[in-house]
Amino acid sequence: MNVELRDIHKTFGRVHANVGINLSIPAGTIQGILGENGAGKSTLMKVLSGFIRADRGEILLAGRPVVIHSPADAIQHGVGMLHQDPLDFPPMHIIDNFILGRRGSVLPNRKAAVLDFNKLAEEFGFKIDPEAYVDSLTVGERQQLEILRLLWLGARVLIFDEPTTGISAAQKAKLFAALKLMAGQGKTILFVSHKLEDVEGLCHRVAILRQGHLAGQAQPPYDTRSLVEMMFGKAIGVEARNPCGGAETVLRLQDLGVEDYRLKVRDVSLEVCSGEVIGLAGMEGSGQGLFLRSVGGMVRSTGGRIQLRGRDLTGRSYHTFKRHGTAFLPAARLEEGLAAGLTLTEHVVLAEQPRGFFVNWENSRQLTQKRIEAFNIRGTPASTVEALSGGNQQRALLSLMREPLNLLLLEHPTRGLDIESTIYIWSKLKERCAQGTSILFISSDLEEILQYSDRVLVFFAGKVTPPLEASGLSSQTLGELIGGKGWPESTTGPKP
Amino acid sequence: MKKNFWINLAFQLGALAVALLITTLILLAAGAPPFKAYASILDGAFGSPGNLERLLISWSPLLLTTAGVLITFSAGLWNIGVEGQMTLGAIFATWMLRLLQDTSLPPALIIFLGILAGVLGGALWAGLAGALKTFGGVNEIFGGLGLNFVSMALTIYLVFGPWKRPGTGSMSGTQPFDRALWLPSFPEMNLSPWALGLSILAVVIVYFLLRGTHFGLRLKAVGKNMKAAYLMGVPTWQYSMFAFLLCGAFAGLSGAIQVTGVYHRLLPNISNGYGFLGLLVAMLINYQAIWAAPVAFIFAALNTGSVQLQMLYKLDSSFSGVLQSFLVLLVLLGEGVRQRLLGKR
Repeated sequence: MNVELRDIHKTFGRVHANVGINLSIPAGTIQGILGENGAGKSTLMKVLSGFIRADRGEILLAGRPVVIHSPADAIQHGVGMLHQDPLDFPPMHIIDNFILGRRGSVLPNRKAAVLDFNKLAEEFGFKIDPEAYVDSLTVGERQQLEILRLLWLGARVLIFDEPTTGISAAQKAKLFAALKLMAGQGKTILFVSHKLEDVEGLCHRVAILRQGHLAGQAQPPYDTRSLVEMMFGKAIGVEARNPCGGAETVLRLQDLGVEDYRLKVRDVSLEVCSGEVIGLAGMEGSGQGLFLRSVGGMVRSTGGRIQLRGRDLTGRSYHTFKRHGTAFLPAARLEEGLAAGLTLTEHVVLAEQPRGFFVNWENSRQLTQKRIEAFNIRGTPASTVEALSGGNQQRALLSLMREPLNLLLLEHPTRGLDIESTIYIWSKLKERCAQGTSILFISSDLEEILQYSDRVLVFFAGKVTPPLEASGLSSQTLGELIGGKGWPESTTGPKP
Repeated sequence: MKKNFWINLAFQLGALAVALLITTLILLAAGAPPFKAYASILDGAFGSPGNLERLLISWSPLLLTTAGVLITFSAGLWNIGVEGQMTLGAIFATWMLRLLQDTSLPPALIIFLGILAGVLGGALWAGLAGALKTFGGVNEIFGGLGLNFVSMALTIYLVFGPWKRPGTGSMSGTQPFDRALWLPSFPEMNLSPWALGLSILAVVIVYFLLRGTHFGLRLKAVGKNMKAAYLMGVPTWQYSMFAFLLCGAFAGLSGAIQVTGVYHRLLPNISNGYGFLGLLVAMLINYQAIWAAPVAFIFAALNTGSVQLQMLYKLDSSFSGVLQSFLVLLVLLGEGVRQRLLGKR
């Protein structure tokens, strides 16, 4: 089925997530959608699959304009979407999960469904027992189940959101074969990814989104260089940096390993000296978040050692790290960092942990007022944190950091903030560095990584580069590494 | 600020009016004259010194359970198990009194030890619900509810089994204790100054605990956002457990007072719904400890006042519960409507 998107606009508050996107995809095509986090890929796909409505613009299926009200409506039109995290029902039989969502009879014909299921599965070479439970499946198998379900429901346009994350190489090969088979049958496939290699190896054509705009389109043979440039913008100049020069080592990681259900990060060794800034780059979910939290003791590492100023803190909890001068600032400010409903003063009291039984509210209010002035927070000691704007919340989080600090772990310190706030926050962070605090920070903003880091670790699907000098790194190289290019086979790191 | 206060007040008075309207309709449907029924509630609560005394007697356990759940609510916990915790307090107190009643220890000491045992019993039962949540992943609502049933079964077993009266066991409970083991009361009255004093003290303690101490602030932080509290250095699961234990201690104390100061024996259903009522009071006052005493007083008045409705109009005495529940529901509803209409805060 031909798919055509005409002049799609979508805004969320002040963020313009899709700006006038025009895209036409003929039937039988595997269309790649490439872009960094927040480029507008997911928004565009959600518009097409009925999760959200565009503010403006038109969707044409097989040449006819349609209005899609909901995901159920989309599947009636033949459009189905596979989400990055499978939206299935773990404690159910696979076949029941399969039948779910089919309109019509109250009592589904289970036997016929099993026959259909087995026939479809055989066609694609998937080996799934329809009577098993969903939670016995791997991520890759759940994906296969979802493909079969959507096809059975009559999908002729299938959207895949980052489908190669968290699945094995064999499953990936199977998935790609299935995608090619479906395209051969005349289905339209939209393949959303940030992995250059996957897109280049699979897609018939690629559309690149950047900051809500369609930055360009490409066809094979692909030129990686121009793809990266369209994804991240023009090359960024980088100034020279002052290296450590014999400063004291604050953090020493030896063969650190950490994993969750979909990623394994292995054997990271790193020495960070006093006042140094290490940027952690990579697409979201590539392992940098897991790594950062393991360095602060929030996630238990699965191997290796962590030393902070010569003290071995391997396997200790975050509270122990905290006592030894570590602070962690989460990206989800209101979800993890601040307690909505409590005032700034209450936060300061909690963070300071003064001795004694009763709170001295008057002193605490004065202390909070000082912090408000020092950190330029727009609010009063009695303001509750949820009443503050994003930038002020971030400054409030910074103001809660205790002194002195050995190690500061930051997740997306300036995400969602305007330029002014960004510069202000980094000036505060650099003050800390001057006092000897080492910083590890995650950012998906290449400019921020290159501008503020002394050294950079790049993460890709759990793999980690050795520390790269930021001054010798171009945004081109960094962009390629983030997209999974230029990594040598079978080693943990590429040649810088 | 000022304007918000008046709007809030208007919504709350509106909720009260609607609650009264609904209960009036119920009274009409039941064939009882509404105004006379309301008058007889007032009379039943305040009409005579004896009535007032009964009101104060039932105010005390309600104060204690309210004080307890204010703590667990602050920590973001739904301690539905207060009923069971109160029951265990009563069982433990009875057990201690039975153990010591034939010894030569001074009665005052026995009473003291009995109450202490009750406090421990309540805390233990709450600790169990807390441990189920913290270490077993059982939601405290299910854990508390389950433990309530267990405590009820345990009481029935004790009253009809090992602790039954000479002869056959009966619903009227175990053999009453010797007068010497009764919590001292005001002369010529059943009301005990100790019961009243301890209950008021509990509310005062909780008020200051939540308002002015680091402990209270950390509890609040855990309740508002567990993750943020952890990152700010609060040992979160320990604080959840503290909240359970403390609430259980208050509930246990109220159970022990029912045994030593009111019934002087163990009865089936000795908690008498005070645990659930305490939850209602806490919700109605929007978890502000300062209002606990007056609102619990009104609820106690409704309870004791509606007892005589049964004799006068053949209405079940649970009518007060209907009024109380509607009041809470409508105040919560009014709050929801207010936020929707006026935007948050």
